[in-house]
Order: sequence, then C-alpha cells, then structure tokens
Amino acid sequence: MRRIESCFQRLAEQKRKALIPFVTAGDSSKEVTVPLMHAMVEAGADIIELGVPFSDPMADGPVIQKACERALAHGTSTHDVLAMVKEFRERDTQTPVVLMGYLNPVEALGYENFAKAASQAGVDGILLVDLPPEEALEIKPVMDAHELDMIFLVAPTTSDARIKLIGKAGSGYLYYVSLKGVTGSASLNVDEVAGRVETIRNLAQLPIGVGFGIKDAESAQAVSRVSDGVVVGSALVNQIAANPDNPEAINKAISDILAAMRNAMDQ
Amino acid sequence: MSERPDFSAFPDARGHFGQFGGCFVSETLMGALDDLAAMYERLKDDPQFRADFDYDLAHYVGRPSPLYLAERWSKQLGGAKIWLKREDLNHTGAHKVNNTIGQALLAKHMGKPRVIAETGAGQHGVATATVAARLGLKCQVYMGAEDVERQKLNVYRMKLLGAEVIPVTSGSKTLKDAMNEAMRDWVTNVDDTFYIIGTVAGPHPYPLLVRDFQCVIGREAREQSLKQAGKLPDALVACVGGGSNAIGLFHPFLNDDGVAMYGVEAAGDGIETGRHAAPLSAGRPGVLHGNRTYLMEDDNGQIIETHSVSAGLDYPGVGPEHSWLKDLGRVNYVSADDKEALSAFRELTQVEGIMPALESAHALAYARKLAPTMSPDQDIVINLSGRGDKDILTVAAIDGIEF
Repeated sequence: MRRIESCFQRLAEQKRKALIPFVTAGDSSKEVTVPLMHAMVEAGADIIELGVPFSDPMADGPVIQKACERALAHGTSTHDVLAMVKEFRERDTQTPVVLMGYLNPVEALGYENFAKAASQAGVDGILLVDLPPEEALEIKPVMDAHELDMIFLVAPTTSDARIKLIGKAGSGYLYYVSLKGVTGSASLNVDEVAGRVETIRNLAQLPIGVGFGIKDAESAQAVSRVSDGVVVGSALVNQIAANPDNPEAINKAISDILAAMRNAMDQ
Repeated sequence: MSERPDFSAFPDARGHFGQFGGCFVSETLMGALDDLAAMYERLKDDPQFRADFDYDLAHYVGRPSPLYLAERWSKQLGGAKIWLKREDLNHTGAHKVNNTIGQALLAKHMGKPRVIAETGAGQHGVATATVAARLGLKCQVYMGAEDVERQKLNVYRMKLLGAEVIPVTSGSKTLKDAMNEAMRDWVTNVDDTFYIIGTVAGPHPYPLLVRDFQCVIGREAREQSLKQAGKLPDALVACVGGGSNAIGLFHPFLNDDGVAMYGVEAAGDGIETGRHAAPLSAGRPGVLHGNRTYLMEDDNGQIIETHSVSAGLDYPGVGPEHSWLKDLGRVNYVSADDKEALSAFRELTQVEGIMPALESAHALAYARKLAPTMSPDQDIVINLSGRGDKDILTVAAIDGIEF
C-alpha cells in the first residue's frame, strides 16, 4: 500500500485527522528544510507538503510568493528539492511527502525524468496547482507508473460533475481549497466548508484535506471536525519570514504552532 | 506546405493548437472559464451580438482603419510597396480597443459589474478603462511598477477615465507580474469580476476570443488590399509580444498560401546578450499563465526576466497560436532590437509624418530590411498597431531630454 493511503487508513482507525504542514523547500536556506521536516513530524505532522519554488506562483498570496523568492534567491532547484526529500528519507521512512507547486518546473525536467527522480528520492505524491485533470492526461500514467499519487484541488466553485471527474483522476487525497482566493487569504467559514466537504464525500471516494485560511489551533480543530485532514501553510511560512537567519527559532516557532494544532485536533 | 491544416478550425474544443494552448489554471477558475467559453460559443455567431460589436467598432472605435500606402518610405527603401494598417488611428490609439469592446460586451452579457485587466505599455489598460467608463463598470488595472514609471502618461489617462491603477512590485515588476496579480485578483473575486485579458495568451478561451475580436484587422486589410492594390499582399509584418495585433492581421490570411508572414519579436539589447523578449526566437515550450507556449525560462523551468525598450513587448511568453504557427512553419518569427526599433520610429516619423508606438516600430524595423529584397510590384502590409504619443517620454529620455 502506498504511504499516503496507509497514513489515512491508520488515522481513520485511530479516529484522528491528518495534520498536513506546508513549507517551501529551500526557504529560508537549503539547509533549513530537512531538519524542519523532521521537527514538523515530531510536532505531530502526518503528511508534509513541500513547496517546489516557482518564479510565478499565480495561485499564492504574498507570504508564499516571498517564500519562493527567498528559495530562488539562492538557487533552490527541483533537483535540490528532490535531494532534500532523499535526505529526509534517511531518517524517516513513514511520513508521506507531497511536492506542491506549478507545472512548468516539472515540464522543464520532463515528466519521465521528474517522476523517476521523485520516486527514487522517496516522494509520495505531487500536487500541481495549475494542472486541472483535463490537462493531466499525459502526465498521469507517468506518475502512476512510478507509484506517485496525483493530488488535485477542489474549489468552492467546482461543479458536481467536476468533483466526480477530479475524484476519479486523483489518488491519495483531495485538497479542498476552502475559499475563493490565494493562499494565506482571510479566514474561512467552517459551516460553509462542512457543507462542501459533505457534498464532496457524496461524489468522490478519496480522503479530503482542507487548506487555505487555516491559521491557528482553533481553526485547525474546527476544520478537522468536518474533514479528514487540515493543511496549514502561510501561518508557518510567516515564521520563516520572521526568522530567516535563525533555523532554531524557525523550528521552534513552527513546532509550537503544529503541536498546538495537533493537541486541539486530537481532543 | 501541401499538408497544411485548415487554420480556421483551431483551437479544438479545449483550446489546444496542437501541443500548445489549453487551460492550465487553479481549480477555482475552471468554472468561470467554462462559463466564459460557453457564453462565447453561444454569442459569437449571434446576429445581435455581432451587430452590437460591429456598431461599436464603426461608431466608437472609428473603423474601418485606413490601409495607407507609405509612398515616400517605399520609394526610399527601394523595393516592395509598403502599406500601413492604421490601427494607430483607432479611438485610444491602438488595436487593443477592438478586443476590449468585445470582452466588455461579454462582461455585460454575463452581468459582471467589475472588470480587471493587466497592462504593459498601458494601451490595453487605457482601452479597458475606456470601455469600463462607457459601460459604467468598476475597473482596476494591474501594471508592473517599472511600467508605471516608464508609461506615466497612460497611467494618468487611466486615472482620468476612472480606473484604479495598481502598481505590481513582485518579480520583475513588468507585464508578467501584472498578469500574475490580475489572476490572483480574479481567483478572489471570481463571482462579480470579468478579467479582460489584453492579448492572445492566457487560458482557453482567451486566445480564441481575443483573436476573433482582433481579426477585424486582417479582414479589413484583406478587403482593402484587393480593392486598393488589386491583389492580396505578398507579405504581412507585425510585432509580437503576446501577439494579438499580429494574430489579428495574420489569421484571415492563414489559408492564403501565397501570403508570407513575419512576426517580429523584441530582441532588446540583442538575442545574443540574453537581454531580450523573444521566446519564439530563443525560448522553448513550457506552461505559464494558463497555456502551453514558447517561454523564456531557465533549465529549472523558472521564468527569466525580459528586456525591451517597448513595455508592450516586455513579456516572456507569447500567444499559443503563434507557437503552433512557428512549429508548422506557416509564420516566420524574426526579431528587431531596441536600436533598430528606435531608428525605425524616427524614420517613419520623419518620412511619413506618422509617429508609431515603439511596439509597432519593431515591425517597421524588420520591414525595412525585408522591403529592399522584394520588387516594386510586390506589397507588404505592416500592422501599425499603435501610435507613439505614449512613448515620447521614453524616446526623449534616450535623447537626454528631461521634461
């Protein structure tokens, strides 16, 4: 069984929900990322979404835009990101790692080259924000052949017909974008999210992670009650922006946020 | 080219021109793009919609624009006869308004009270602010901070027209970053906002509908050539940034095998310096801003900063149909650098009394090389896509004159 599937199965048995932190690889330096990944797991993360920096992150708000700029300023390449995952796997063979980013850096390497290298590095899934399932017909069999899950987004604006399509195209989990906007936007509405997650459950079989607008333990807890997982990104990346030259402070600040979320979600 | 496709049959239903085009956006926008594609499909052949569009083009824009024989310049160059398709004489001073009229009609049909746009040189921003003022729509225009600086006149024009200009300070602070920011706005305000994209790039159906609205240029030029020159032109020349003026001129001629076409990209300081904006000449296929097309990118797929004296051409991508036409060999993509464009700007101003936009001056610069290789019984139509008033401060600064 693939790591992501078994992770959600184990959590379901324990009646717990997945805590899924996002950070951009190479932010604030290449050396920060791997120790931070371990620290996040120790603080209670179940799955890690690792951002692959891109020069034109159209779906991201200013916080993650700046994270991409910091990572690219010292030349974090896709190969570097894969090397980080490989290093992470030396000590952690359990925690699923999903690469999240945009299509162009993957196209630049070529689908087969990318998939092979990602699989060998120990990556479990990819989420490409600007790749809807209609355009994924070519890449999907390549990812499948290397046992990489393709995680697709579902939005508040997604029609029922498209939810069915996305449910069939994806594997691992579905990422429900809780609001119309970019990452790091204003607060989400939990009642609205609950209604939408219910709709998605009736139309698709995959576990549902919810992201965008989750900032603290309270919002993480509320969303975890109505979904299978909670994705938190900008709130963590803010801590990196606040302490770019102090890896220990970054690890501590992010661990504190995640531990509080974990605690609230498990209550 | 015996096996050429029927160019009028593209893109396909999902917006593909061969491997190019498509719809690469985040899920939140897919519904809005599907709605837009469906609305356009329904309206494009609707007699009332066509009539409204044609009426506005005639009475508001001032079409048809003349096809002007530049006799003095032709004689000076000593070769083919040069005809200028005078899009510079349109209301607001460029071809951009053909498209904003069309998209504003769509916005009206879709009941959206707010429009947004990205702009480089400011021509599309002005054209959008203009139609928004006329229809009473709220209008916000995203413009790279660097372009806000070098196109101050257009920024002020937009403000006078009631639009809010939002300087974009991320990335290279030019057109591509303005487009990123407009996309972010649209994803946030998708319910009440219509995004008026200014060129034949972006996700499907934009490359299709912008092309269709701009094809009025080529349709007129075809008719005017037959009437005024007695035959189809031998060559068409247009500048290519995103490529809307070029596709508008080229498309109605694509099935005419005898008509050669030249799309002129901005070579900036020179292709060999790397400081240019010529993805078709020196880039490779990738995905940006919703479509697959030729891009300027590094080995890691990161978009490279571009350079051109002309803000309207300062873009690392190009409309996907151009990428397809390049690979098919139907259109020749060439380039002109900053110096050549500035020299052509001065030459046309002095020889014909027509001051071209710096964008259009790239087309003139290439035509200046092409014309002498052809004979006086041959005809070249150049798309004079915009007027140069907006560029006076840029040219003055190069001349060392401060206002």
